[in-house]
Amino acid sequence: MEAVNILPEVTWVGVLIKAVLILAIISALAGFGTFIERKVLAFMQRRLGPMHVGPYGLLQIAADGIKLFTKEDIIPQNANKLIFMIAPIITAATAFIALSAVPVFPDFTIPEFVPVLGGVFVPSIAADLNVGILFVLGMMAAGLYGPLLAGMSQANKWGIIGAARTAVQFLSYEVVTGLSILAPIMLVGSLSFVDFNNYQQEGVMSWMIWQQPVAFVLFLIAGFAETNRTPFDLLEHEAEVVSGYATEYSGMRWGMFFIGEYANMITISIIAAIVFLGGYDAASTFGWLFIMLKIAFFFFLMLWVRAAWPHVRPDQLMWLCWKVLMPLALVNILITALVILV
Amino acid sequence: MYEIVAFYLFSALIIGLFLVTVMSKNILYAMTSLAAGMVLISGLFFILGADFLGVVQLVVYVGAIMALYAFAMMFFDATRDIKEKNTNNTLVFLLGGLTAMVLVLMFAAPIYSENIQALYPMTEGVGNAQDVGMVLFTKYLIPFEVAALMLLVAMIAGIILAGKKMDDSLTEDLSADDEIMIAKDEK
Repeated sequence: MEAVNILPEVTWVGVLIKAVLILAIISALAGFGTFIERKVLAFMQRRLGPMHVGPYGLLQIAADGIKLFTKEDIIPQNANKLIFMIAPIITAATAFIALSAVPVFPDFTIPEFVPVLGGVFVPSIAADLNVGILFVLGMMAAGLYGPLLAGMSQANKWGIIGAARTAVQFLSYEVVTGLSILAPIMLVGSLSFVDFNNYQQEGVMSWMIWQQPVAFVLFLIAGFAETNRTPFDLLEHEAEVVSGYATEYSGMRWGMFFIGEYANMITISIIAAIVFLGGYDAASTFGWLFIMLKIAFFFFLMLWVRAAWPHVRPDQLMWLCWKVLMPLALVNILITALVILV
Repeated sequence: MYEIVAFYLFSALIIGLFLVTVMSKNILYAMTSLAAGMVLISGLFFILGADFLGVVQLVVYVGAIMALYAFAMMFFDATRDIKEKNTNNTLVFLLGGLTAMVLVLMFAAPIYSENIQALYPMTEGVGNAQDVGMVLFTKYLIPFEVAALMLLVAMIAGIILAGKKMDDSLTEDLSADDEIMIAKDEK
């Protein structure tokens, strides 16, 4: 039974603390992300964005939070009530579970001057799997059940269309995500995020993005589609399907979809930063700062793209996936394999 | 200790969920519980230390196969109960019970006689994925290639079946409109 090589420093208390930290920090970041998104969009569209609540509209998050928590939780009459209530939880839960296997910081020791915990060695991942990348991608893939079940249970035509689009879009772009990240995996020879990070420690020029630029671009595009970001946010495209799978939701259940989406955005940003942009540099003092900046850059990129690009049509989405991105990813893998072989 | 607790918890939940899958008259319940059961099965793999298989279970069964079931279900009204057509309850019960018993005997006998042993034990210092790969590309190479070929055949067949009218756009082609109108008139 004892096959998992667990470090002696991993205790269940530590895992519990890290799980709670992930939940708290990412939920807060998701809330803050909405504010940043509105501000960035406003800046790019020459507006002011939220300004009235608090300084620079900062307390808008609190106002929105209070509104979401206190709003009436409406469950439509003909809906399948149990599934309708579970669906948002699936989205949020899978997003957070995916984050449990992602390393953000190097392992570190808490400084001595901190009371009680001083000198404790902290491994940075909540669940250090040998197959971390696959796990995260698989968990995000399981996240498709949230929108899918939501759309199917609510007895609403827009919901059904939204659910159908969910299944088509997520299933298709999962293929691209997997194939695009396969080429870096072949180079590193491991599925562990830590190995990816260690592979790219010889300065900026050793980053994976220089060896695998095609894979990087493909992964970003597919990541946008998998997190339901703007050029590809057909699941809840207001102009076509009202709000897609989220049409009948209100209050906190709608908020859970929202938090799940933002958590997934953060996950994709972290994966991109670790796999392609060098990750955290465990040796340098400011490695933790640099990876935060990288993650923040990818998050900003998602908002930037939203401000700059219009939606695509559903048929264009499928065309892009199966006729452009997937063949490109396959060719990329083939060339990588040939280079490794020779 | 944790492993035993986790194992029994997962087992009980899996059996419960799959019971819902079989017993429920609502396809939405059946599908959801089947998917949830698949997720928990991957939990069993994780307990055994087979991380790779666990993740593959997650990606393949939960991410792909179940999602395709779900996609097929779009064509039904998922919020309504279905009317089941049960032919002969005793016969179903008898055959199902017999099959289950044969399966249990098949898997329990070698464990009971303690004759079971790992032919390909995990190699020390090598990851899970590498271990699976080694066995897959030495001992099971031919079945693996045959499976790949079968998938290729299925893919080509699928493309041929679906691809006949692929280049005609349903929205831009006006004759398609006519077809729809004719179909409406006939109703």
